[in-house]
Amino acid sequence: MIYRESGQFKTTYKTDQAILPIFQDRVAMALLMLFAFVVIPFIANDYWLSSILIPFLALSLAALGLNVLTGYAGQISLGTAAFMAVGAFAAYNLQVRVPEIPFLIAFIWGGLCSASIGILFGLPSLRIKGFYLAVATLAAQFFIEWLLTNFGWFTNYDSSGVITAPPMGILGFAIDNPLSKYLLVLTIVVLCAFAVRNLARSEIGRAWMAVRDMDIAAEAIGINLMKTKLIAFGVSSFLCGLAGALWAYIVLGTVEPQAFDILRSFEILFMVVIGGLGSVSGAFLGAGFMILLPILLNNLGSIITGSAISTETIAHIEFMIFGAFIIFFLIVEPNGLARLWQIAKEKLRLWPFPY
Amino acid sequence: MLNRKISTAISFFVLFLVSASFAGEHFVPITSYRTGPYGVNGAPAANGFVDYLKMINARDGGVGGVKLAWEECETAYKPDRFIECYERLKNKGEAGATVFQPLSTGSTYAVLDRLADDKIPLITMGYGRTDATDGSVFPWVFPLMVNYWSLSTAKIKYIAQLEGGLDKLKGLKIANVYHDSAYGKETGPILAKQAELYGFDLKGFPVAHPGIDQKATWLNVRRYKPDYVVLRGWGVMSQTSIKEAMRARIDASKMVGVLWSCSEQDTVPPGKASIGYSCASMINPGTHYKVFQDIVKYVHDEGNATGPIEEMANQQMYRVGVLMGVITVESIAKATEKFGNKPMSGEQVRWGIENLDLTDERLEIMGIKDFIPNFKVTCADHEGSAPVKFQRWNGNAFEPASDWISTDQSIVRPMIEASAAKYAEEKGLSSACN
Repeated sequence: MIYRESGQFKTTYKTDQAILPIFQDRVAMALLMLFAFVVIPFIANDYWLSSILIPFLALSLAALGLNVLTGYAGQISLGTAAFMAVGAFAAYNLQVRVPEIPFLIAFIWGGLCSASIGILFGLPSLRIKGFYLAVATLAAQFFIEWLLTNFGWFTNYDSSGVITAPPMGILGFAIDNPLSKYLLVLTIVVLCAFAVRNLARSEIGRAWMAVRDMDIAAEAIGINLMKTKLIAFGVSSFLCGLAGALWAYIVLGTVEPQAFDILRSFEILFMVVIGGLGSVSGAFLGAGFMILLPILLNNLGSIITGSAISTETIAHIEFMIFGAFIIFFLIVEPNGLARLWQIAKEKLRLWPFPY
Repeated sequence: MLNRKISTAISFFVLFLVSASFAGEHFVPITSYRTGPYGVNGAPAANGFVDYLKMINARDGGVGGVKLAWEECETAYKPDRFIECYERLKNKGEAGATVFQPLSTGSTYAVLDRLADDKIPLITMGYGRTDATDGSVFPWVFPLMVNYWSLSTAKIKYIAQLEGGLDKLKGLKIANVYHDSAYGKETGPILAKQAELYGFDLKGFPVAHPGIDQKATWLNVRRYKPDYVVLRGWGVMSQTSIKEAMRARIDASKMVGVLWSCSEQDTVPPGKASIGYSCASMINPGTHYKVFQDIVKYVHDEGNATGPIEEMANQQMYRVGVLMGVITVESIAKATEKFGNKPMSGEQVRWGIENLDLTDERLEIMGIKDFIPNFKVTCADHEGSAPVKFQRWNGNAFEPASDWISTDQSIVRPMIEASAAKYAEEKGLSSACN
């Protein structure tokens, strides 16, 4: 009943091809954007903004990137964190060597460098698939981490091997407090999310999905496998590079190559798997689950028990509950949280009837 | 059913409201790591820290009559979780958090830029951003007692002592086995400088994180045939290094470890291989000092110990945790001298740390004489240039291997000032000391 589309007729091709064709969807999206851009700045405090929302948004951008590669194009990659690192260090190096460049250009440069590295390490995908491709991308992960640690040029010969983000500012407004950082990250992530959604609906998106489902058949109907796969790697790595730059500049401020290690790659892969492969909302749901749930459990733990239970026990209980949730969700819906949401929407079409 | 849900919700809400507000107390945030790869080191440190705070509350009634309150937050040694803990705890307590001690270099870097806005100091005792020793550029960061570079000079002096004098260093071959990370690479330049100055040959051998597989590295070390091996590890790397050194037929007595490769976690697993291994420490080994007797009397005997009570004798990191507690309480005490007996804020405690002057009388009063050396902090010198002790593992415990060795600031200070000046230029800062 809530989600009924009857009565919504499309009279032009343009309205039929809209990104959110259903009126209720458009209202919901508008409300969500309003909430994120207008309401949250008023009600959220520093802790919520800088410890919860900003890391959530930065990692959901990385999850979005990996979703493009693994969810839409079907190429498994374990090198996500390496591409994030490339983006972060490339943006930093550009700003250090050409100080007048605005940081947004540096971010885009970071994304482009990451895209080219992604295409380079995506070349094996033309010959190998699945598990073996995952191992090949693992090479990217370890190689880039080693490269950034052992060649001082990348960190501007810093004695500790870390990079520190230069101050950011747009048109005279300094971006140095949590609120401005939050709005910046939100804008970038929303734009990228809409871009990915449109890419997925376009010709290249359909080519990705064809390659994912059965690449031999895709090749048979005339899709250029090399172009499709390499574009997938490129776009995915661009988004991951942008996410890495955001992570280094905004979330941490100062970052060493170890912040982008194999554990980070796994974390983002899990976000994508739990959230749902092949959907934009899946990236956000997965990132929310993996970032917000531990913090929620941690906070709940300390509120409920005070200092009666040691933080160590709370951390271990957190792991257990987290693991139990992952197992639960994967049993209930292997296609991820996004599919659960899709099913809910379908049921809302018929509500109050059960079927 | 609905009634039960409502009552559960109400009870959660009420619990949320009455969650501790720590009114009328100095609030000490404890950002510990009891889980994760370094949990074995972090847990005893946190236990020692909390036990000391409990003891001060029980024995002295707090600092200046105002009790100490604390809350632990688990960081699992990850910078982003540390930031979350930092943001959560920074405003707790009547006057806000007094001082943070991350016990992690990565977390120090992550939180550095927020300190000035939040007006909360950071103590990074024995680690941290080394060039923060220059307080004119880093007014809110205190790498107290000894930083990585100062320790490096003390290490070389200790090796010289073993050889019989600084002039005997000429012609020696020293291998630097280090963790291949920002932490490990930091001492490269200063060791190179000392190699030039004293005429010894130096070669670096990086060990890939986390350092479980070191066979290849030690084959190379053996080929180099060093006279001494400097070990710069942390976590599981150090114990593996000692085991591999024995296999490479390099005697443990030729190995000198840094502060953070100096705990029972590093010497007990290799067993006999670590007998004779010496390493650096900011504190004197042993538990016969009055401070430990007080902790036993006021905390352990009351059944209020935070962790297992054997940790006091068996864990170097527990005693380092007590040191962290000592420095925190001394800083708060110094701050109350100027600002009065009320809950201290971060800004006031920052003044306290910057004016710390641990004389013999003060050490005697607090029961920490001989446990830690005297040192004095100033605005320009946020380290205090404390001397370092070296201790040797005899198979059961650490015993003193040297007297307090002072660090060579004539080498270290110019490098620190140069590095800090570079940072100040990058960020456009002016001197914070007048």
